[in-house]
This record gives sequence, C-alpha cells and structure tokens, in this order.
Amino acid sequence: MMSEIFSVAFITGIIAATLRMSTPIILATLGEIITERSGVLNLGIEGTMLFGAAIGFLTTLSTGSLWLGVLAAALAGIALSLIMAILSVYLGLSQHVSGLGITIFASGLAMFIYRLVVGSPTVPPIIDPFSPIAIPLLSRIPILGGSFFTQYSLTYITWLLIPAVSIFLFKTRAGLRVRTIGQNPFAADTVGVNVNLTRTLCLAAGGAFFGVAGAFLTLAHQNMFLIDVIGGRGWIAIAMTIFGNWNPVMGAVGGLIFGFLDALQLRLQTLGVDLPFHIFLMIPYLITIFALISVSRKASVPAGLLKPYRREDKGG
Amino acid sequence: MISMSIVKRKPLPGWVILVIPVAAVFVTLLITAIPILFAGGNVFKAYGSLFYGALGSKFNLLETFVKASPLILTGLAVAFAFRAKFWNIGAEGQLFAGAIAATWVGIYFTWLPSFLVLPVMIIFGFFAGGLWATIPAFLKTKLKVDDVVTTLLLNYVIFHIMGALLFGPMQMPGSSWPRSASIMDAAFYPMLIARSRFHFGIIVSFVAILVIWFINSKTVFGYQSRGVGINLEAAKFGGINTGMVILKTAIISGGLAGLAGVGEVAAIHHHLMMDVSTGYGYTGIVIAMLGNLHPIGVALAAFFFSVISVGAQTMGRVAGIPTYIVGVIEGVALMTMLIFILLTEYKIRWTKS
Repeated sequence: MMSEIFSVAFITGIIAATLRMSTPIILATLGEIITERSGVLNLGIEGTMLFGAAIGFLTTLSTGSLWLGVLAAALAGIALSLIMAILSVYLGLSQHVSGLGITIFASGLAMFIYRLVVGSPTVPPIIDPFSPIAIPLLSRIPILGGSFFTQYSLTYITWLLIPAVSIFLFKTRAGLRVRTIGQNPFAADTVGVNVNLTRTLCLAAGGAFFGVAGAFLTLAHQNMFLIDVIGGRGWIAIAMTIFGNWNPVMGAVGGLIFGFLDALQLRLQTLGVDLPFHIFLMIPYLITIFALISVSRKASVPAGLLKPYRREDKGG
Repeated sequence: MISMSIVKRKPLPGWVILVIPVAAVFVTLLITAIPILFAGGNVFKAYGSLFYGALGSKFNLLETFVKASPLILTGLAVAFAFRAKFWNIGAEGQLFAGAIAATWVGIYFTWLPSFLVLPVMIIFGFFAGGLWATIPAFLKTKLKVDDVVTTLLLNYVIFHIMGALLFGPMQMPGSSWPRSASIMDAAFYPMLIARSRFHFGIIVSFVAILVIWFINSKTVFGYQSRGVGINLEAAKFGGINTGMVILKTAIISGGLAGLAGVGEVAAIHHHLMMDVSTGYGYTGIVIAMLGNLHPIGVALAAFFFSVISVGAQTMGRVAGIPTYIVGVIEGVALMTMLIFILLTEYKIRWTKS
C-alpha cells in the first residue's frame, strides 16, 4: 500500500481532488468573511448553498447552459440574503435565529422546488457537468500540471477571488468602510457611511458566493442534485472564517486543509483501508473542531458582529 | 427619501402574548399559500386535507401526538439552552447519542430484570445526550470556542459515529444494511391506547414539560440559568458560577434531546438506523422560538408542527403538494414569529427626510 501512496498518480490525484473539494468551502468562506467583516453573521449559509445548488442545477437542466446555472445560483443566493438583510439588519433581529430561519426555509424551498420541477422519477435527472480545463503548457508539468492546472473554471475563478477579496477588504476605500462598520458602526455612521445599506450589500455579495458554492457541487463536482449534497459544508465555512481570523488568505488555507482531508478520506477508502468509511467521513469535522480550539484564544472577532445597528442606541 | 427607524413602544397588555403566536401561524399559512398555488394546488383543499390528515379522525389525532413527542423534547432542549444563551444547535446530534445509548441498553442489557430495562434505558439515553452536549459547553466556557459552530459540527461527528457503529459492532448479524438488531421486548415503550401508536414516550414528553416549567420558575438553578442568559457579566458579578450553570444547562438540554432519541428507538423503530431522526433536532429550534422559549409555548408549537408534518402526508396524497412544504412552513413560521415578537416591543416608524 505504501508504494501506491507515494506513486505519482496518487499524489497528482490527491492534489487535484484537494483543490476540487476545497473550492466550495473556499468560495463560501470568502462570502462569509465579507459578510462578517461588515458585522453580520449569516447562518443562512447552509440553506443558501442548498438553494443555489438546486436552482443552479434546475436552470442548467432546463436551459442546457452551465453558466446560466451559475448565474441563477448567484441570484438565488442574493435573493435569500436580502431576506436575511431585512430581518437582521433593518429589523435588527437576532442574527443567530434569523440565519437559522433562512437555512430552514431555503432548504425546504430548495427541495420543494426540485420535487415540483422534476417530480419523483426512479432515476434522478442528470446534467452534462463542467469538465476540467487543462491550461496550455502549464498542464504538462509533472504532478502540478495534472493537479493545479487541470481544474474546473469555477476553481480557477475561486483562486482569483482569494486575492481579489483580500485587496477589496484591505486596500480599497470601500473595504475600509466595510471593516469600519464591522468594528464600530457608530463611528462609520458619523463620517457618513450608510451602515445598513453597506451591510445589505455585503450580505448580497456573500449570498452570491454561497449560491455559486452550492452550484459547484451540482454542476461540477457531481452532475445531479441530492438533498444532502451540501453535507455541512456551510457550517465548515463558518468554522473556516473563524479559523482564518476573518482573513481571506487564511480562510482559504483552512478550506484547503478541509479539502485535503476530504480528498484523503475518499482515497483511503478506495485503497481498501479496513475501517468503517464513516470513521473517515468524520475526520474532517473533528479536525475542524480542533482547528477552532487552536485559534480560539487569539481570535479577533469583528467588534460589531452580532449587534444590530440602531442610531438611537448610541448613548446607551 | 423615506427612512425607517425602530422605536420602543409602550408595553402591550398581557393578552397580546397569547394572540401573537396565533397571528404568526395565520400569517405563515397565508405566506405558504404562495408555493402551494405555484404547485398548482387549491389552497383551501390543500390546507383542508392538511388539517384533516392531522386532526380529522381519532387515529390521525393520536398519530399527531406520536409525532409531537420527539418535537416537544427537542423543542424543550433548545428552549432551555437558548434561555441561558447557550446556542445549542446540536439537539439533532444529542438525539442520536440518546438513540445509540438506548439501543445499546435495549440489545445488550438482557441480564437486567425486565422491569428495570426501561428506567435504565431512559437514564442512559438522557445522560448520553447530556454528555454529548457538555463538549460544546466545555469548549465554550473554558476555551471560548463558539458554541453555534461546535454544536453544528458535532451533529455530523455523532452521525458518522453512529454510521461506524451500524456498519461495525452494532450491525445486525447477517445484515448488509446500516441497522442494528432489534431491541428486546422489555425495552419497548408500552402502547397506551389500543389500535394506535400512542405510546409511553408521549407521557415522558408531557412530564418533561412540567419538569422544565418547574425548574424554570420554581428553582434557584432555573433563575440562575435565566440570569446567565440575560447578562453573563452581571450574573458573574452577582456570584453565580456561570461556567457550572452553563454546563448543567447543557446536560439538561442535551438530555431532553437524548430522550427524544430513546423514544424513537423504544416506541417507533425498535432498532437503530441512520434515519432515526427526520430533522427533529433542527425543527426543535423553530419550535423553541415559536414557543417563546416557554415550556407551555413549546408544547403548543410542537403540536402545531406535528399537525403540519403529519397533515403534509395527506396533503401530498390528496392535493399533490410535495411534502417538503413542511420545511418551507417551518422556516416562514420562524421568521414570522421573530417579526411578531419584535413588534410587541418595538414599532416601525417611517419618516420622510
């Protein structure tokens, strides 16, 4: 077995799978970082991802266009985030409970719409999914070519989004505004930033990321919609946001670690390691909890997180 | 431009608190009529079949009680934790822990005198759920790890532990499915009404309502638990050992969810399998909020959701509405209730500027 583990094919395969499996986690984590940096925890993430997965899949199923599916998933995510904005930003309701409400609502709606559209066929419908794109020349490098440079377009886009979100948050005026309202909304308001509108826009951006992250699973990773397709990846993204200390690059590192564990457990299973496969499935979640423990002491939570902004509250 | 602000209103009379949930339910059903219309259903026929399916005959009504039992327990579990601001989203996992423990006792404790089997099973199930909930409570109080995330992640961990057990040591001999052997007859919850599934666990959940009501309103611990929820710092300053209070709250909360798991094994399935819960732990969150975290409110909310989920089966058959409408109704009910609770304390003022 050892020789199999160190073969070029195995290493190439596991790097490729790591990058693939980490794509939805990284996308969702980036979305959650933008949202939380503005002061809103969006626990609607898991349901929003499922909704994006369903709407994206159904759109592609009926139009035949994968990119229309991705677009529809982004719009579906935005729509749900706007409900989240009404509840948690404008009405100032508990972010915890509003988010869970969105997740329950969106999960129900996703499965309801899916059933409505496809009915209950004995074989679930499938689509022709995204295929990996080999980048010319680079894809011929040994190991790296077959892994890094033979990926889905959505995976490449996700890599580009990591520095993009970083630059947005830390190098632009708009990003500074977002971070300020996440730390001290009263100060931001004083200098004329529209706190609630900015938070709503951040929620919307995050929602688009969640929707596409979900659609990646039904349009690239798999070619069908299953009700447990998200499988807690939204919650993992919440954990990675904390693990990455609300920093896109560190969050992406967390996503890669999770992707690696996910890829590894699949490979070990297929190599016939004699353990119940559920033990392998459990490992990524356990490691995520340990990762949270390891950073808990130095976590720098945005000071305005979880607090609705009401101008009248200032004095009290 | 018109801007919106939210301002405190004068306290409303006490009866409003009773009207609020009813109004929220009404508004919810109004909103969820939209997806029913989209599904091509006749709203009156759909809701008619829903309520008939849940309440229309003696058998249907008793089935609604059967379904309400785990929902009452998970609802109480979440409500009791939320009251202390211990964000236990892990009732689903604690239910699994209780179900695993109950199955273990029910299969292997054959040496117990039969009258002791049920009490031992209930105690083991309670503490299995309770102990599972102490993990996030400990991480929260000692290591400052966010309880929302850990309780959620632990749901997946215990789900896979259960899977490993059901494909491993607990798998029924000769079976290739992830299911355990059947529990012994002495471990069955007795059926209390002939030709129905009205079982002993329903009584357990009713007793739990009374016990939680008693703890909340008549004991020092209930008062401390509430105090920790309202203002952690003040509670600490007032000399309460807040870490210990949260830990005990977690044990009771997880224990209640564990009892729901015991009930599903001992009364319904008589063995353990992967879908021993159909999301009772998550529905418990909605129930806790709709019940305003009060045990009586939780009981009523659980009954309402039981009506929805039992009735949805009939609605699916009669009106052709996919049963996943249940999740939609749950989500809308939660959001509507949140807004209604807000409107009892605040009013929305629109101003032109």
